[in-house]
Amino acid sequence: MSVLVLAQHDNRALDKATLHTVAAAGRLPGPVHVLVAGHDCAAVAEAAAALEGVEKVLLVEHPAYEHPLAEDLAALLVSIASGYDHLLAPSTTFGKNVMPRVAALLDVAQVSDVVEILGPDTFKRYIYAGNALATVKSGDVRRVLTVRTTAFPAAAPRDGRAEIAIVAAVEPTGLSTFLGREVAKRERPELTSARIVVSGGRGLGSGENFKLIEELADVLGAAVGASRAAVDAGFVPNDYQVGQTGKIVAPELYIAVGISGAIQHLAGMKDSKIIVAINKDEEAPIFQVADYGLVGDLFKIVPELTAELRRARG
Amino acid sequence: MRVLVPVKRVVDYNVKIRIKSDQSGVDIAGLKMSMNPFDEIATEEAIRLKERGIASEIVAVSMGDAKCQETLRTALAMGADRAILVETTVELQPLAVAKLLQAIVERERPSLVLMGKQAIDDDSNQTAQMLAGLLGWPQATFASKIEIGDGTATVAREVDEGIETIRVRLPAVISVDLRLNEPRYASLPNIMKAKKKPLDTLTPEALGVDPTPRLQYVRVEEPPKRKAGVKLASVQELVAKLKTEAGVI
Repeated sequence: MSVLVLAQHDNRALDKATLHTVAAAGRLPGPVHVLVAGHDCAAVAEAAAALEGVEKVLLVEHPAYEHPLAEDLAALLVSIASGYDHLLAPSTTFGKNVMPRVAALLDVAQVSDVVEILGPDTFKRYIYAGNALATVKSGDVRRVLTVRTTAFPAAAPRDGRAEIAIVAAVEPTGLSTFLGREVAKRERPELTSARIVVSGGRGLGSGENFKLIEELADVLGAAVGASRAAVDAGFVPNDYQVGQTGKIVAPELYIAVGISGAIQHLAGMKDSKIIVAINKDEEAPIFQVADYGLVGDLFKIVPELTAELRRARG
Repeated sequence: MRVLVPVKRVVDYNVKIRIKSDQSGVDIAGLKMSMNPFDEIATEEAIRLKERGIASEIVAVSMGDAKCQETLRTALAMGADRAILVETTVELQPLAVAKLLQAIVERERPSLVLMGKQAIDDDSNQTAQMLAGLLGWPQATFASKIEIGDGTATVAREVDEGIETIRVRLPAVISVDLRLNEPRYASLPNIMKAKKKPLDTLTPEALGVDPTPRLQYVRVEEPPKRKAGVKLASVQELVAKLKTEAGVI
């Protein structure tokens, strides 16, 4: 009875999503192992070995794993799966890409985006864009899960260090080739782990006007997000999107500016602790989930709010 | 080359669902049904590949009860050439769908399977990856741009960090994301023409697949509800509330 967590990383550092996945794994019976597959990534294995709740780290270094390609990672996971009852990854685009392939190769179902672990075979997850909460029971011998990172705490560092075992790579499949990644360099906190998120919607009217959102975010030390409508309209890149098919966030404070509150957007942010909505339409559905609402012209309210917060900060 | 496009019949994205009072599931009786929006994008992309002379034939596939024919007719009206319905009343979960699709791929031998990244009912985001795994084919998920080259596809993928580009060998499975294209509406003449296009019906038994669900939905309940809060009169009031009442700044 062991639990395996597939680590998400960039060969230098462990992604925060993995910390939450390790904490989720701790709710399952058996020791937790973390698989670090990458290239020149010993530092990542060290970081994983220093996490509370981790009994062992499996390190696989091979050029084939430098970039996370689903075909090779799935083959690797399948090669070691027989020792595990549960295989977990975060429900990020990384985990979503790899784990269903693993599940199919093991001939088991996957439970996606788990928000609560009720037992070794029973889990809660949202369906219908967060409008229904399902309890699902898996009858399979092995369970493949992706976990919603905002639903579990982050595993803390601990004293001491878990054993790091070297594992052999699997022959690369050569089915796909990584060509490149455009990663926008941002000074602001990362969306899914930020304490405060300020998001803009179609009401902003243009990408240029998003600077109002950025200024407000900066005075709060917040991350910047967006509704699908704002991304579709080309105001901001896709990685800003909060919602059913974008990122799921649950910060302490979520400020929705010029966002009407479509079901699929609410699915991505309604677990936030405090929600503030700023919208000119007082009937907008966003007000039904907002703790505090301001009805009015965002082009007037947002600069005022930024100035007021700046003043309050001194 | 032949392109296979799986399409799912789901509750329309604009419709608010109801949960059954005995918590046994979601009550979809009488609700407006539509093609899963991501599958519309996949269908549109297949049609564009055909219009550019890259695809030669588009085969749409759906699975479920006889009403899925409507979804297939929509795909045919958009521009698919023929359709296959795998008819069953068994609840189909992603692994079963992937196995049924695998059996169809083995019959139809497409060079490309283009499908939605997720269905908006169960939000699983699994089937494309599972199908690729079962076939031993490469996968390119969450596509926002697809270029077909000589025996390969170059795909820009929407990932959490931004955009990633990979090249996959064909045949391959590609799952599509929101911003790949904007699906067309079927014109009235095309809707009429679609009624005459071939639609074959198969069963899981004929395909040699056991579709029995692996996951049991023990309970489906209302999610915890947020209460609507208060509307405030000024920015000053908001800042004061955030500081003292909510304590978040």
